[in-house]
Amino acid sequence: MESPVLRVENFSAHFGEITVLSEVNLAVQHKRVTALMGPSGCGKTTLIRCINRMHELIPDAGVNGKILLHDDDLYKMNPILVRKKIGMVFQRPNPFPTMSIYDNVIAGYTLNGIRIKKNEKDRIVEESLQKAALWEEVKDRLHKKGTFLSGGQQQRLCIARALAMNPDILLMDEPTSALDPKATTHIERLITELKKNVTILLVTHNIAQAGRVSDFTAFLYLGELVEFGTTEKLFTVPEDKRTEEYLSGKFG
Amino acid sequence: MAETAASDKTAGARSDVTKYFQSKTPKSSVASDSLFKALLYGSAVLMLLLLGGIIITLLVESIPAIKATGFSFFTETVWDPVFQEYGALAFLVGTLLTSFLALAISIPFSLAIALYLGEYFREGAFSALLKSAVELLAGIPSVIFGFWALFVLVPLVRSIEIQLGVVPYGVGILTASLILAVMIIPYSASIGSDVISLVPAELKEAALSLGATRYEMIKKVVLPYARSGLCAGTLLSLGRAIGETMAVTMVIGNSNMMPKNIFSPSNTMASIIANEFAEATDTVHVSSLIEVGLLLLIVTLIINLLGSYIIKKMTLEQ
Amino acid sequence: MAEGRITFRIIKDVLFKAVVILSSFIMIIPLLLIIFYIIRNGIAVINWDFITSLPKPMGELGGGIANAIVGTIMLICNASVLAIPIGICAGIYLSEHKKGRIPAAVRLCMEILQGIPSIVIGIIAYSWVVVNMGTFSALSGAAALAIMMLPVIVRATEETLKLIPESLREASLALGVPYSRTIIKVIVPAGLTGILTGVLLGVARIAGETAPLLFTAFGSPFMNMNIFKPVDSLPLLIFNYATSPYPEWHAMAWGASFVLVVFVLGLNFFAKVISKKWKVQF
Repeated sequence: MESPVLRVENFSAHFGEITVLSEVNLAVQHKRVTALMGPSGCGKTTLIRCINRMHELIPDAGVNGKILLHDDDLYKMNPILVRKKIGMVFQRPNPFPTMSIYDNVIAGYTLNGIRIKKNEKDRIVEESLQKAALWEEVKDRLHKKGTFLSGGQQQRLCIARALAMNPDILLMDEPTSALDPKATTHIERLITELKKNVTILLVTHNIAQAGRVSDFTAFLYLGELVEFGTTEKLFTVPEDKRTEEYLSGKFG
Repeated sequence: MAETAASDKTAGARSDVTKYFQSKTPKSSVASDSLFKALLYGSAVLMLLLLGGIIITLLVESIPAIKATGFSFFTETVWDPVFQEYGALAFLVGTLLTSFLALAISIPFSLAIALYLGEYFREGAFSALLKSAVELLAGIPSVIFGFWALFVLVPLVRSIEIQLGVVPYGVGILTASLILAVMIIPYSASIGSDVISLVPAELKEAALSLGATRYEMIKKVVLPYARSGLCAGTLLSLGRAIGETMAVTMVIGNSNMMPKNIFSPSNTMASIIANEFAEATDTVHVSSLIEVGLLLLIVTLIINLLGSYIIKKMTLEQ
Repeated sequence: MAEGRITFRIIKDVLFKAVVILSSFIMIIPLLLIIFYIIRNGIAVINWDFITSLPKPMGELGGGIANAIVGTIMLICNASVLAIPIGICAGIYLSEHKKGRIPAAVRLCMEILQGIPSIVIGIIAYSWVVVNMGTFSALSGAAALAIMMLPVIVRATEETLKLIPESLREASLALGVPYSRTIIKVIVPAGLTGILTGVLLGVARIAGETAPLLFTAFGSPFMNMNIFKPVDSLPLLIFNYATSPYPEWHAMAWGASFVLVVFVLGLNFFAKVISKKWKVQF
């Protein structure tokens, strides 16, 4: 197996006095889907926000430990550079309301002041939208506002926007929590498709979703990483009692 | 980085990004970020300096007058630049008389509008019409109110004065109060209707369910509940009335004498400044006018802050 | 007996409602009268010549208000240049710092500034600009108007940007976009409608102001394009002509009132249309 894309080592995070993550260790494998699951408030969203350094935007937030992207310590890099290398998709679709679909996809470049040629742009937009399985639906209205799309389409637009930057890893923070079942199925199918090319770290509070789409699963509970392993092993022969209880619906 | 790029179709874009990272180190964006933050911070602090500067300027420029007149500024009624006598009591009285009279005239109407828009008819064509009328009235410049009052209200008041057998100046405190009342109705009415529409529906339904009529419900539930907000709205419109200059200056009659009754020509603090400031040359005269301005600022400031404090407290309680 | 009491209560209820409705619509009477006078007397003098020519000396017929129209535009433009950039920046600062001592102080300061009587602002502009320049000038008038515009712009900017969802900022930051670019290219464009509305309302507020101009811009019967010289404005001209003893000038003041009201109400209307039609959908 290749060396992991991302390694979280003895990582802790806190808001002021309150610890939300303690001593987490985790490795994300290349071109695999790794799911972070656990009941709400377990710290999974905090962990994912720490990985692209969004956590520190909140006042009083702080971290200890290391997160390595390949071999670089993310916390020794400039956060702006980190965020460019690590794509993120949020709980609620958040296309830029003032931009067209086309501009939304290319936003990572334009907003960062990266100049690229028109035909290059067209290529990136088409490829990203194709990867996000949205191209066929929007190719005739690329210059309409992104906010007129349905929720599921908006979320795929946000995925395309993240993919356009060619991230080393794509973080997805409960990407289907604001969507209806049909759109959820669509996104899940897309995730399985995407892992052919992209490394994905997926946060979900939906056990079934973790089981359906991920190769590896980590179970977090009360800020602690209880168990981490292949999804198959974790779902069939969990080592920890708490994982078993969570999977059988005893809490959460 | 290389391993993902090689397997990817968009390797071209990747190399663009890499180029960008090499050509423009994130350090420059950090620098522009801190410059930008400094700009925002600077603009905000400038606002504090602006207000500080305004207050300090008024204080400093008032010093010659304070030295020359001292406390008699607030107790003397004679204001005579020729004889260097500066007592502002008449203007203080003129201001308070016109403002409170205007308030008294406006309250029944603004309360009615507030009840109309906030309780009786929250929607519908007529309330939309009334709302736009209120907004329209608030949008008309004060000099135009003054102009209109000069040519329509003044003759009207004069004929009333003739009927009553008082000296028919036409101009004076009553005329100024009438036009001021028209001008402040939009403010107290719009604050009032906001406040009244905040009264919880459950409370009103509770009153109605006990068999109260709508009038009784308004009197016993709505008005007591909205009382502090209505007071705040009234205070804020009082603040506007006290500071209003042009309309008052045009119809108050510009007399520096102590007003005898509501028909007397008078001057308010704002109107004396408007009338004399541009022509004042003597240092103490200018300074005295600035002291009047300072006094005006302090009075409006207290009233406005009190009003907005009450409103804030009310909206927080919701 | 109880029957009679109930009837009495119902009559009181109906009466009260009637009084409320009646008093509400009485307020419309002065409004209609004012508008009627402005239109009737204004239309009578307005023609192309009135808008485009300068005032004639007393005694000569004709003449217009071109000096005041140009002066008003000049004052508004200069005040906007002084107030809009700083106001928007301060508004962004307040929306970015919801808590803290300095933002709270700035908010309080804006509230106080909003409530300062305009005549006092005139004194300030006089002491700061006129005294130091040694002459009345368009610049001093614009400075006074800028101070009056600031609170409106700051508040509108803050209120608008506060409503922009946090997720939008995160979307931009997650793409690695620096803070300054996120604000300028994502947050401000998303709130542009609200900011623009605020700017228009600020302009509408100052367009009709007279008091702070009495001893700053001062007024001038000549066409003046120099910001260091006195300049006329519509409200000033209305005040000076209205309080003059000459019926010809009164007629001109009505014409100027018509122009000013159309301008100010037009701005208010435009601001409303913009905030409704161009609303950014999140």
